[in-house]
Formats: sequence, C-alpha cells, structure tokens
Amino acid sequence: MAEIRLQNLAHSYSSQPQGATDYAIREMDHVWEQGGAYALLGPSGCGKSTLLNIISGLLSPSEGDVLFDTRKVNTLSPEQRNIAQVFQFPVVYDTMTVFDNLAFPLRNQGVAESRVASKVHEIAEVLDLHPLLKRKAHNLTADEKQKVSMGRGLVRDDVSAILFDEPLTVIDPHLKWKLRRKLKQIHEQFNITMIYVTHDQLEASTFADKIAVMYGGQIVQFGTPRELFERPQHTFVGYFVGSPGMNLIEVQAREGGVTFGDQHLPLPAALAEQLPGLAAKRLHIGIRPEFVQVSDEPGVGGMLAEAVRVEDLGTYKIITLRLQGHLIKARLPEDQAVPKYEAWVGFPAQWLMLYADDRLVEAQP
Amino acid sequence: MNLRKRVVLIVYIAFLMVPIYWLINMSFKSNTEILGGLTLWPQGFTLDNYKVIFTDRSWYSGYINSLYYVCLNTIISLAVALPAAYAFSRFRFLGDKHLFFWLLTNRMAPPAVFLLPFFQLYSSIGLFDTHIAVALAHCLFNVPLAVWILEGFMSGVPKEIDETAYIDGYSFPKFFVKLFIPLIGSGIGVTAFFCFMFSWVELLLARTLTSVDAKPIVSVMTRTVSASGIDWGVLAAAGVLTILPGMLVIWFVRNHVAKGFALGRV
Amino acid sequence: MTKTHDNRAWWLVLPVFLLVAFSAILPMMTVVNYSVQDIFDSSTRFFVGADWYRQILNDPRLHDSLLRQFIFSGCVLLIEIPLGIAVALAMPTRGRWASACLIVMAIPLLIPWNVVGTIWQIFGRADIGLLGYSLRELGISYNYASNTRDAWLTVLVMDVWHWTSLVALLCYSGLRAIPDAYYQAARIDRASAWAVFRYIQLPKLKSVLLIAVMLRFMDSFMIYTEPFVLTGGGPGNATTFLSQTLTKMAVGQFDLGPAAAFSLIYFLIILLVSWLFYTAMTHSDQK
Repeated sequence: MAEIRLQNLAHSYSSQPQGATDYAIREMDHVWEQGGAYALLGPSGCGKSTLLNIISGLLSPSEGDVLFDTRKVNTLSPEQRNIAQVFQFPVVYDTMTVFDNLAFPLRNQGVAESRVASKVHEIAEVLDLHPLLKRKAHNLTADEKQKVSMGRGLVRDDVSAILFDEPLTVIDPHLKWKLRRKLKQIHEQFNITMIYVTHDQLEASTFADKIAVMYGGQIVQFGTPRELFERPQHTFVGYFVGSPGMNLIEVQAREGGVTFGDQHLPLPAALAEQLPGLAAKRLHIGIRPEFVQVSDEPGVGGMLAEAVRVEDLGTYKIITLRLQGHLIKARLPEDQAVPKYEAWVGFPAQWLMLYADDRLVEAQP
Repeated sequence: MNLRKRVVLIVYIAFLMVPIYWLINMSFKSNTEILGGLTLWPQGFTLDNYKVIFTDRSWYSGYINSLYYVCLNTIISLAVALPAAYAFSRFRFLGDKHLFFWLLTNRMAPPAVFLLPFFQLYSSIGLFDTHIAVALAHCLFNVPLAVWILEGFMSGVPKEIDETAYIDGYSFPKFFVKLFIPLIGSGIGVTAFFCFMFSWVELLLARTLTSVDAKPIVSVMTRTVSASGIDWGVLAAAGVLTILPGMLVIWFVRNHVAKGFALGRV
Repeated sequence: MTKTHDNRAWWLVLPVFLLVAFSAILPMMTVVNYSVQDIFDSSTRFFVGADWYRQILNDPRLHDSLLRQFIFSGCVLLIEIPLGIAVALAMPTRGRWASACLIVMAIPLLIPWNVVGTIWQIFGRADIGLLGYSLRELGISYNYASNTRDAWLTVLVMDVWHWTSLVALLCYSGLRAIPDAYYQAARIDRASAWAVFRYIQLPKLKSVLLIAVMLRFMDSFMIYTEPFVLTGGGPGNATTFLSQTLTKMAVGQFDLGPAAAFSLIYFLIILLVSWLFYTAMTHSDQK
C-alpha cells in the first residue's frame, strides 16, 4: 500500500520541448492517497495513459518527481515499485494453465510452493476462477482472461498499487458491469490503492470514490462523482460528465450580471463583484440540464425561449430550446407537460456556474 | 542492445559477408594473381574481368535473358494470382479448399521430377529455348506462393470496403484496379519480391528448357570450363553481377520486408 | 470475414487453375504414364505395371540416397531453426539498424543457387579460397573434394549460410507482432529472460516457425544445384542427394521408366513428411 505523490510533474515525448503543445502532461501536483479507489477520466489523447505509465514506472517523466510514501521512485522500474498493472487487452501466458498464470509472479519471487497454492486459491475464489484453474489460458474467453490478468496483480502480498488501463475495453457489454462490481468488491476486501483509467464516465463513477478528470495533459478536477456533477470546476468537466453535458453559453460582463444576445442575467452579489477583475477573460455561464427550470409562466427572472425539439427517453425527456440564438437542453421529468412552441426558462442561482477562461469562478467568502 | 546480442549479430553478419567479400575480391584480380598466391585484397586491381562480361555477347546476353524471363514470370504470376487470391479471400465456392490445397502441393514438387516432362511438353508445343517457356515453367511454383501471400494480405482488408464501392457505383474491374490494389500495395510488393527471388535463383528448369537463344546467366556460368581450366576471375565477376539485381530488389522493398516476411500470417 | 457462397468465383480462379494445371497435371500424367511402361524408343513401349516401382524400391542406390537426404535435411533443420531464432532475437527491434540488418541478411537469399555453390567452391579451396587457405595455415587438414567428412561439413555450412536468413527474417516478423504489453506484464511479474522466451516469444512464434520448418524441410529435401556445383555429388556418392540421383537417372542415363517411378515416390515422400510435420505442429496446441 502506498501514497503516491506527483510533484511538479510534467512530461514531453520530445527531447527539446518548445511550448505547451509539446507536453503530454503539463505541470501538475497531485496526491493519490493510500488505499483509495480512484478513476482517471478523460477523452482519448488527454494524457491519461501517459500518466498511468509514469505512475507505474513504464515511463520515466521528463520533469518533476514521483514519490511513493515520500520515496522518490522516478527511475525505478515497475517491479521495483511493486506496481501491478492490468492492460487494455488481456495479457495471459497462453501455454500455462490458469493456476500457473496466477502462480507465476509468486514463483518468480521464490515463494514457497505451499504458500503459492494457498494464495492462488484465495484469489481464484475472489475472482470466481476456481472451475478454470486447470484449463490452459489460451482457451479462455476475453473476460476470463482479463480476470486472470487482474488475479496476477492481486496475488502478490507486497503490491503497492494496482493500475488499470481501460481494462474493460474488450469485454462484452453485459459482462462489464459484473467485472466492475468484482473490482469494487476486491477493493473493499483488500484495501489496495487502485487507479482506474477510462474514458467512460459511468465506469468511473461506479468504481471510484474520487475521480480525477484529465484534459489537455492536466488534471482539471479531482473530486467525488457528486462534486463533479454539482460543481464542475472546469467547462470540460461540465461538458464531459453527465448525460447530456452541461449547457455552456458565452457571455459578456455588464453591471452586476452578464449578457448574451439581448438577455441580461443578473448574478448573485458574490460573483458579480468579481466581474471587473475578470475583464480580460473569456466568460461562460454553465448550468446542467437537470437544473434548468422550464415553465409556461414567466416567473421571476424568466427568459423566453423557443422550443426546438423533444426527445422522450422513457422516465424523462430532454427538450432542446433556443435562447437568444444559443441552443440549450433541459431535462424534464416524464409527467411534466412539454411546451409546444415557447417556454420560459430560469437558471436558479444555486446551480448557475460562472467560468472565466474555462475555470470556475468561486464566490469569495 | 546488450553485449551478447550484439556479438551474435556481428558474428552472424560477418559470417554472411565474408564469402561474398571474397568473391568481390577475386573479381577484381587477374587470373595470374588469383592462382599465384592468396591476397586479402587485389594487389593488381583490374576491371578486365568485368570488361569481358560486358563485351562478350555470350556473357551479357545471359543476364538479359535471365532478367527477361524473371520479369515475365513476375508479371504473369501477379496477373493471374490477383483475381484468384481475391476469390479465395472473399468467396466460398465448390472445391475451394481442395483447390487451395492442390495449389500448395505444387510448391512441394521437386523440380527434378518435372525435368523430362517439361522438356517434352515445351518441345512439343514449339516453345523450347524461349523465355516464355522458362517463365511459364516457374509459374508452377510461383503462382501458388503468390496466391497464398496475396490471399493473406487481402483478407486483412475488410469486406465492407468492397461493398461500399459497389454502393458508390463502381464496377468490379474499376473497384479492383482503382481501390483495392492500392490497399494491398505492400502485399503486391512482397509477392513480386518472392516471385523474383525464386525465379532468378533457379537453375535446373531454366537450364533444361533453354539452349542458345534464351540461355540464362546461370547456364552460362556453369559451363565456363574451357580447355585451359576455369577462368576464375571472370567467373567471380559474373557471380558478383548476379548478386546486384537481388540487392536492388531488396532495396526497393526494404520497408515491407519486416511485415511482408510473415506473409501476412502472424 | 464471412465469405459469400458464389460459384461464379471460379471465373476469377480459372487463369490460375489453367496455368498450374497445364504445368502440373499434363507433366504428371506423362510421369505416371512412363512409370508403368518400358520405353525403348518412341514406337516401342511395353506396359510393365508396377515393375519399375518394385525395382526402384529395392534399389540400393535409392536407399542410400534417401538416407543421405534425410540426414541432410535433419541436420539442416536442427541447425537452421534454432540459429534463425537466435539471430531474430538478437536483432534490433526497430530503426535504421534494423533495416540495415534485414537488408544484409536477405542478400544470401537472392543469390542464384549455382553462384552459391561457386562461392563456396572457391572459398573452400586451399589455393584460392580464404577458408581453405586459413585452415591449411592453421594445420587443419581440409579437402572437400576428396574427404567425405569435409564435403558433408562444407555442404552443410553452405546451406546454413544460404538459408538461415529466411528463418531469421520469418521469426523477426513474428517477434515484431508481439504487443509491448506482454513484455511489460512480464517485467511486472519479474519474469527472467528465459521465461519471457519460453512463455511469451516462443508460443507467439508458432505460426511463423511452422512456415519456416515446412519451407526448409521441403527445399532442403529438393536440393540440387548448390551441392552439385560445390562437390558434384562427391567424393563418390557421399553428397549425392535425391534430386541429383533422379536427374542422373532421367537425363543422364535416360532410364525413363525407373526415373518416372522414382519421381512419384520422391514427391509422395515429401507430401507425406510435410503432412506429418504440419499435423504435429498444429495439433500440439489443440489440447
């Protein structure tokens, strides 16, 4: 078990990086606490595999430090860091039986055969691999092979962390949730630090206690799934997490509020007083479809919008509205009447977010 | 690269290159120097041996003949193998597995078995001592190989591409030439390489089916024993010149060698 | 890929079929025809049934030649396959050095077979060849023309020189196809280099090794030109293998009947042993 700390970490694949675009990982400081279940979430190319390989030791960072329990491990290889890693496609030793596959890391360490057998049986029990122990790894299905890969990581006593690089990619959809639950169960049972890389937000939210969202080589937010949903600290988090993603409208600052099109939207005082200081930045407001109020009455601060289309998704509906030329989505419960042509929309101050240069503007206490 | 690997590699490459170096060495010496005593490099460097080959018709015609039938063979093999490989890759038809297997067994036939029958066959149709005869004879071994290699590469191209082309209105010949062939470019390169290789190096059939008009260089070289003994210098020069086309071909397909040698089957 | 069932595909296959049939079936029919007849000249021939086959199968020349051939092919496989694998493992994985190695290694494969024989014929002579000369200077007695053991060694070394690169290049392609993740997982599992070879590389090389073994067996079993140029089959019959025996019989002595029978037996032996190899190697991972 280890606390993994990344200090001033940056990585470029080129030997003479010129600018920010040459960096796969831009300067970051981050701590993964001991025993946590974490997800590293982000789109393709954001640098999550690079970061994972730096943590595991398959890649040495070009700048900054990686520390395991305050010990600098930059130059140590994965086996020296006691890292176990599960890859995107199952890696098994085809010619060996499942038992021998699981026993392999232990035997390489010179562990006594009796201990090897007990450990292998223990892990096989947890992963439901017992009926397969005598089979050759070659003939297993993809999800069985992936379980064997995970098993090899778990079988060692001294493993400091297990890293998963999109491990469910080749698994059939109906088996994915089974394996996800298995992983959660393993985490609760063994309490090992686990970092799970994925581009699927559902996988991330069901597995992890805390999710690190990566975008453009940086971790833009690190929080619980709920925090990511309710208070996204970056426009990308708003857009990426949630289905559909957050509505974002580009605005200009004007006396105590913001404007877009002909609409003036006043902001709470705590935010409004920061506007002058943000004069040079690009401003957006964001609100999640779940929190947009839609009604037939103007109400307080209601804005007139034109209904464009409605998608009925069974237990709820998604309505797309045009507000001052911007398309926004709102989520309506199934029993709410759907406006035909026009509706009044409201953005409750509690859920309205202001972003300057894509970063959340926090109300100063 | 660790030391042991490096040593193995260097020793192996030296092993390969030394005999070739020796041949090149000899080709630049006169016969007197060769027979006079062993020298590690030519003391009296001379281009006479090469001059002989380039000026004596019986020598250089050998090269021309060989190159001619090898090119013929490569073109014919590719031309017939491409549609056949496509058929094997995309369709199931009556007897397809048996046909494929039968094709491969021809590769297993010893050329020596065909000496006499081929001689009689090509003589009877008046093709004895022609380039086309050798080209066709070599097809027996090259065409199965070409079909096998090309089928492997073609199977790597998804069938959806064919279907999309038909939906877009391409006729089959147009689709095949304009769309499909560029996609298997490296496969064609590798196939051409192997066809060239097997045809260029073969002696038995090439010698049996020719006498004067289409005499290949391999025949010319094996018959250079004269009354005064073997002309080592010229023989060495001739040998060096036969290595050159091979090196050229490797150079052209060098980017496909690694992938291609697996014949698309890893 | 799912293939559509369509017999019209025969049109695409027809050129190949006709060409190969022309080259294969017609001559084969001739051979079968000759193998059951005694031919004095074009107008005098008698049907003799299986006589030639019986004669051939009892012919000691054939037995000796066959034995020599099996020993030769066996040695060839025993040396070239492990050596080829070792060279492939030693090669750099990518980059300019890899390309350079590939090109250099491919050169012996493209040399006409008679030139291969000529190169070694020269190389092994004590008067004009580096090898022969060096061995003589070192006091080692070596003469491939008159000494059977030397002739065998030279023929074997020549074949290793000629063909090992094919095995190496095939294995090199096979190794390149192994994804990095396997090596990474092995490192994490703290596997030794030998374990990596045994459990990752060797299993993944199975399909290319099959191609390599089949090709080397078949081609070594059919070998004619190189030993013929190098030793002429000598000293005596020491390096006369099957193809040369057959050629002597067919073209030299013009014994068409026995030669034809021999041809068919020769072909059948290759087919049989190839099939055995193929079955053995593909069934070993069917457990």
